[in-house]
Amino acid sequence: MSTTSGKAQRHSQFVGQDKPRRNAIRHAHGRGRFVDDIAFGNLAHMAFLRSPYAHAEILEIDTEAARALPGVVDVFTGPDLVDICTPWVGKLDHFPGLRTPEQYPLAMERARWNGEPVVAVVAESRAIAEDALDLIMVEWSELPAIIGIDNSRSTDGPILHPQYDSNVAFVMNLTAGDAKAAFRDAAYIVEDTLELGRQTGLTLEPRSIVADFDPSLRKLAAYHSTQTPYQMQDVFVRHFNLSEENVRVISPDVGGSFGMKLHVYGEEMAAVAASIRLGRPVKFIADRMESFLSDIHLREHKIHARMALNSGGEILAMEVDDATGIGPFSVYPRTSAMEGNQALRLMGAPYKMPHYEGKLTVLFQNKAPTCQYRAVGHPIGVTVTEHLVDLAANAVGLDPFEIRHRNIVTQDMYPHTTATGYILERLSHEECLAKLEALMDYPKLIAEQKEMRERGIYRGIGIAAFIEITNPGPAFYGIGGARISSQDGCVIKLEPSGKIRVSVSVTEQGQGTETIMAQVAATYLGVDLDHVDVVTGDTERTPYGGATWASRGAGIGGATVMKAALAMKENILEIAGVILQGEADDFDLVDGQIVDRSNQQVRMSLAEIGRIAYFRPDTLPQDYHPQLSVSRHFVPQGTPFDFTNGVQASYLEVDVETGLVKLLNHWVVEDCGIILNQQLVDEQIRGGVVHGLGGVLFEECLYSENGQMMSATMADYLAPLASEMPDIQIDHVCTPTEMTPLGAKGVGEAGTAAAGAVVLNAVNDALRPLGGTLRTTPLTPERILKALGKI
Amino acid sequence: MKPGLFQYVRAENVEKAVSLLQEFGDEAQLLAGGQSLVPAMALRMALPEVLIDISSIAEMRSILMADGVLRIGAGCRYVDVLHSKDVARAAPMLVQAIPFIAHEAIRNRGTIGGSLAHADPASELPACMLALDAGIILQSARGLRTIAAKDFFLGTYMTALNDGEMIIAVEIPGIAANQHHRFSEISRRSGDYAISGGAFVLEMDAGIITAARLAYFAVGDCAVLAGGEALSGKPLNADTIEQVAQNVGEDITFYGDLYNGIGAKRQITKTLTRRLLAQFPGMEL
Amino acid sequence: MDPLIPVSYTINGKSVQQQVSVRTTLTDMLRHQIGLTATHAGCEQGSCGACTVMVDGLMVRSCLIFAIQLDGARIETSEGFADDQLMDELRRNFADRNALQCGFCTGGMLVAAHDLLSRTPHPERAEIREKISGNFCRCTGYEAIVDAISKTAQALPLEDSGK
Repeated sequence: MSTTSGKAQRHSQFVGQDKPRRNAIRHAHGRGRFVDDIAFGNLAHMAFLRSPYAHAEILEIDTEAARALPGVVDVFTGPDLVDICTPWVGKLDHFPGLRTPEQYPLAMERARWNGEPVVAVVAESRAIAEDALDLIMVEWSELPAIIGIDNSRSTDGPILHPQYDSNVAFVMNLTAGDAKAAFRDAAYIVEDTLELGRQTGLTLEPRSIVADFDPSLRKLAAYHSTQTPYQMQDVFVRHFNLSEENVRVISPDVGGSFGMKLHVYGEEMAAVAASIRLGRPVKFIADRMESFLSDIHLREHKIHARMALNSGGEILAMEVDDATGIGPFSVYPRTSAMEGNQALRLMGAPYKMPHYEGKLTVLFQNKAPTCQYRAVGHPIGVTVTEHLVDLAANAVGLDPFEIRHRNIVTQDMYPHTTATGYILERLSHEECLAKLEALMDYPKLIAEQKEMRERGIYRGIGIAAFIEITNPGPAFYGIGGARISSQDGCVIKLEPSGKIRVSVSVTEQGQGTETIMAQVAATYLGVDLDHVDVVTGDTERTPYGGATWASRGAGIGGATVMKAALAMKENILEIAGVILQGEADDFDLVDGQIVDRSNQQVRMSLAEIGRIAYFRPDTLPQDYHPQLSVSRHFVPQGTPFDFTNGVQASYLEVDVETGLVKLLNHWVVEDCGIILNQQLVDEQIRGGVVHGLGGVLFEECLYSENGQMMSATMADYLAPLASEMPDIQIDHVCTPTEMTPLGAKGVGEAGTAAAGAVVLNAVNDALRPLGGTLRTTPLTPERILKALGKI
Repeated sequence: MKPGLFQYVRAENVEKAVSLLQEFGDEAQLLAGGQSLVPAMALRMALPEVLIDISSIAEMRSILMADGVLRIGAGCRYVDVLHSKDVARAAPMLVQAIPFIAHEAIRNRGTIGGSLAHADPASELPACMLALDAGIILQSARGLRTIAAKDFFLGTYMTALNDGEMIIAVEIPGIAANQHHRFSEISRRSGDYAISGGAFVLEMDAGIITAARLAYFAVGDCAVLAGGEALSGKPLNADTIEQVAQNVGEDITFYGDLYNGIGAKRQITKTLTRRLLAQFPGMEL
Repeated sequence: MDPLIPVSYTINGKSVQQQVSVRTTLTDMLRHQIGLTATHAGCEQGSCGACTVMVDGLMVRSCLIFAIQLDGARIETSEGFADDQLMDELRRNFADRNALQCGFCTGGMLVAAHDLLSRTPHPERAEIREKISGNFCRCTGYEAIVDAISKTAQALPLEDSGK
């Protein structure tokens, strides 16, 4: 066997960029296969009785009438499952002091949020299961509900978990340099308090699972709309006391996830439990109301922040006090401390700022649990930072671009460690800012804005710089004790026809993972994209790995496939050498053909290699065993994360008589390293931006004072629809990473990281002549009119 | 979310429908377009024991212009009304209003009768009927009656429909030569329930307003006429418009919604009033 | 268990007979009884548009119709439109432009797009956005969808009557 020859040639162009995704073709023809689309024999259906209260003791549950309803197969409560399913705790070692009680699939003794599942019914149809819910009698004793960050941290309010001394789940402090001194000596200090509202994921395909347990062998197959089948396999194994080789998790097509479907949910565990109890497949599809009540929520921060600058407008320090309201539990296994942790560490990240004092307080509430979702923490870190930078620009008398130019980390400073401890290999803030200014034609917008103001039309321009965490190594979860893999594996095999099959442990939710992996394989092997098929999302058909989250799929998955492809190519060239009676190095694989390296003359096809190696190895030298499949695993090396960077801008108009905001234009300049597929990258950016626009203008999980979820339909929870969204112009800079052989970084969350920040900045820019400042998102007409003093 | 079970009966004509209503009383609900009822049933907020399907009653699907009166059958869908030449000529307000109602797929099924009977305070048609001074034709097993729109809408989801009664048509006086219709609403997203909406009819002779019916929706506990009298006898200009806009704050009892408090409703209604009145002939830029 | 009632329709050009419960929605009948799964249930409230199909030539929410109401109706789902050149073009342009990511909204989007271009062959971008404003997409941010529909429209012949 020849050895891998040093560092592989890195490609900047990838085969098949111009081709439509196979999955896109399939879905366009209606051939999607989501969990609810798959037919199962003897399938039973599950529904849940959920707590109507935010906080209540469960005194008694009478399920007799429900059990007696024809068509009902099983009814059970939390205590019924203790022998089947062990509880879980959402803690990680690297968040010392994080506390959260044990959590069970169904509420035990107390319900702690409006919508928490309490009783499960399994029936021959979902409709009958819901009929049965109406027959269940529950006696509740309502308890005071802890709603709102201020109520949660108040020392004379009720405590959610009686075993704790307060509602604090976690506190973290970060100190760098001497912020106190910096503020003492500052020429300028700006400060503000921002309240960033609670949102929900609103994936169009709701959470879905079919659990199919075979009691004869104690084998479980779970068809699960999850981003992370490997993690779920591990969770099912450990909590249901099954053997790992007997648990298979398949994620077929997933109709949107964005992080929401990474987490462990009681209902899904209950579905597995039901299948174990019944020995038949059990399906649970969350309906839209259940999704609003019980999917993880996200954001909900109240941040008081200050920024100190010198007379030249250089940022010396930030001081941040971030309080976030989670639910009654820290979610398992990734914890509800992660978003706050990232928010705190991303403050000031694009800037040289040497001093920092940050405090994070994570607080329990009787609302739905919260956890990681697209751009975890970034919108908070970027919005707070960039809002203060704009306040500073105003105070110092600098243009928003100018103040950022003066403060961004420059090219000569890399590698650079931020005040908050992030190690940045190499970014490109200066180039991105310059490109943005040109792309949006900033001087023209400024002139237009001025002219409009004279006519009583208030337009605003908002910009933001940001960095994005991608390609995480074990630093995120592994070191904290979570069984979440940070490596990936890939198996490549040559089919007899000469086609290539790639099986890899990153997963697809529509972003194009399978296409990107195929492109990497095709490029590094030297074959046509159409001759590569990719398999993902099945713990039995792929190597074990980290799956897709935190923008790791392209960078880490791609590097894994690259390694495997290079190894496969070596094997193929070795076989060619044997067949053609030359040295492997004499040949190359180009467009699926074996060619002479010296003159590119075609010698034979891959199909011919396949035929001989599979069917006529008798024609090959004795004792020669052609290796027609390879596997390679890849562990991210070097820095704990590969950071990307970018800038965004928004141009909008505020109707100051109604408080409505009209988005006129949006720009992104993004540096995500080597681009594997420009269209897919740009579409991730666009989708991500619109997510962020939703959060800043429309989306809000509203709870009443006593914890009733008030926005639990799509008529009440407003998410972006087509008429209100702008076209988004995108440009790129390319700074590859040395941390992976592929050189690609992630991009899935970049759009969401800064979209909210630039809209907040733009609205405040629009209203500056009128003296109004917005500090609370989403920016509803009510909030804007209040800021303007109109109400 | 699956509805509870029910008995399904189809009425082929109005006579059958009202006889079924009498027979089943409180247990029954009428199913026309289903665009409000079916979502409520899916949430199990509506649990009718009997659904009387009236969606195929032909006699309720006609649009007729006769003797200066436009008669629209209650079973007409929004899409039917939107594309009717008679409606465009006799009640252009409806053609202006319908594109604001929800989204196209909803408008292809939802009916006029359904909207009026449901009487959602944020819905557009009740306000249109007020502004148009429409008559609502009701039928029951006891017979026929007509009630003026201004007496029909009583509160949130509350109308003057008696037990066993159903709406079979509306009658709208055809637009006169000196009348003008304008409609608008303000919402955060296209197709959303309005924050505030207005359906205005002005009658003008030689630049003076002789009658004004200003109907508002999404701001009170039901559609309401307000502020029109103040315009009577006045010219339409920036000053009179401003007066009406300021006073509308006093004439309406505002109700907040999930996102907009009373203050926001008032402010946005003033703005709507100002802008909509400015669209009438003589004021258009 | 729910009593079942026979109904018949034409679905994607084929005559179909089914036994349905009165409370079975058109969405559930299509998906679970006939196996036409490209029509999706995203909200069961008529708000998201993922369930959009054509009934008797009009675009509707299949989740808001009980199957039993439609005896005799002509139904077209996004999998249908066989030998429909406009739909072929739309599907091709959606795939080429990546006007779909997870695919869950796509069935409804294609039905809406087809309906738009059948009635208005050369819509402005704002008109396209208005037409699909009842179809929620969480992945694309809509621009690629508008591009794909616009590109399809550009290839359609201009009308003789001249607009």
